[in-house]
Amino acid sequence: MHLAYPTIVAALLFSVGVYGVLARRNAILVLMSVELMLNAVNLNLVTFDVWYQDRLHGGQVLTLFTIVIAAAEIGLGLAIVLLVFRNRQNVDVDRLRALSERETPPPEHGAQPGTTQPAETAARAEAVEEAAP
Amino acid sequence: MSGQEVVFTLLGVVAVGSAILVVTTRRLVHAALWLVVSFGALAGGYLVLTAEFVAWVQVLIYVGAIVVLLLFGIMLTRAPIGESADLDSGNRWAAAAVAVATAAVLVTVMVMGFRDVRMPLRDGGGSAEALGASIFQTWVLPFEILSVLLLAALVGAIVLSRSDIRPRPEPGARGEDVDPPADAKEDGI
Repeated sequence: MHLAYPTIVAALLFSVGVYGVLARRNAILVLMSVELMLNAVNLNLVTFDVWYQDRLHGGQVLTLFTIVIAAAEIGLGLAIVLLVFRNRQNVDVDRLRALSERETPPPEHGAQPGTTQPAETAARAEAVEEAAP
Repeated sequence: MSGQEVVFTLLGVVAVGSAILVVTTRRLVHAALWLVVSFGALAGGYLVLTAEFVAWVQVLIYVGAIVVLLLFGIMLTRAPIGESADLDSGNRWAAAAVAVATAAVLVTVMVMGFRDVRMPLRDGGGSAEALGASIFQTWVLPFEILSVLLLAALVGAIVLSRSDIRPRPEPGARGEDVDPPADAKEDGI
C-alpha cells in the first residue's frame, strides 16, 4: 500500500477541520471541527507506526493517548460551553466579545456584561475604601 | 492499485466527504450525525491499516462517547432542530482560502515526500495483545499520568457544570468581611 493514500486523507481531513474552526459560529460546531483535526493527526500516527513497523508500537499507543486527551478536552470544552450558555444565553463565538480589544463594541447584548462588570467592581472597591477609615 | 488501496480510497472519500458535510450543513444535529459517519469510515481505515485495537477504541470512544456528549451539548444549549441560517460567520471565504491553502501545502508535501514509498501491511501488528503488552511494559508511566489527567479533567468538568458550587468571595469584596478584622485590631491595640 502506498504511503501517500492515508497521509493525503489525513491532510484533507485536517484542512476541513481548519475550515470548520475558522468559519463556524456555534461553539459546539467549533468543537466538532477540532475533533476532525485530532482525527487527522491520529490517522497520521497510525500510518507512520505501520510504516516503521515499530516494535514498541509508539504510534498506536500515542493514538490511544490522543483519543483519551480528546475525550478530556471535549468534556471540559462542553462544560465551558454550557457555562457560557447559562450566563449569556447564546454560544455564538462571534458575539462573545467581552474580551475584545475594540474600543466601541457593536451594540449586541453579548458585550454588555464585559463592559459593565469592571465599573461595578471599581465602584464596589471605592465603597470599601470609603467605609474602611 | 491493490485491493487495500481501493478499499482505503473508498473509506477515505467517505470520511472526507462526511467531514465536509459536518462543516457545511445547516442543521446542528445533522452535523453530529455526519461526524458519526466520518469517524466510522476512519475506523474502517484503521482496520485496513491493520490497527485493529485502535479501530475499536475509535468506535467506542469517538462514536460512542464523544458524539453522544456533543449531542447532549446541542440539546442543552437549546439549539434549533431545523435549519438555522446563521451557523457560518462572515469570514467563511477567508476560512475557505486558509483551508484550501493548508490542504495544498500538506498534500504537496506528502506527495513529494512519500510518492514512491510503499508500506508493508502485516497482520497482528495492531492487535490488542501486542498493544496491551507494549502499553503495560514500555508506556506504563505515561499511561498512569494520562489516567490522572483524565480524572482531573472530569473533576474540572463537574465543578464547572454544577451551579451550586460558587467561587469563594474575595476578602476585600464585601464591607462586612473587612470590618471585623479592623475592629479586632483596634481591640488588640
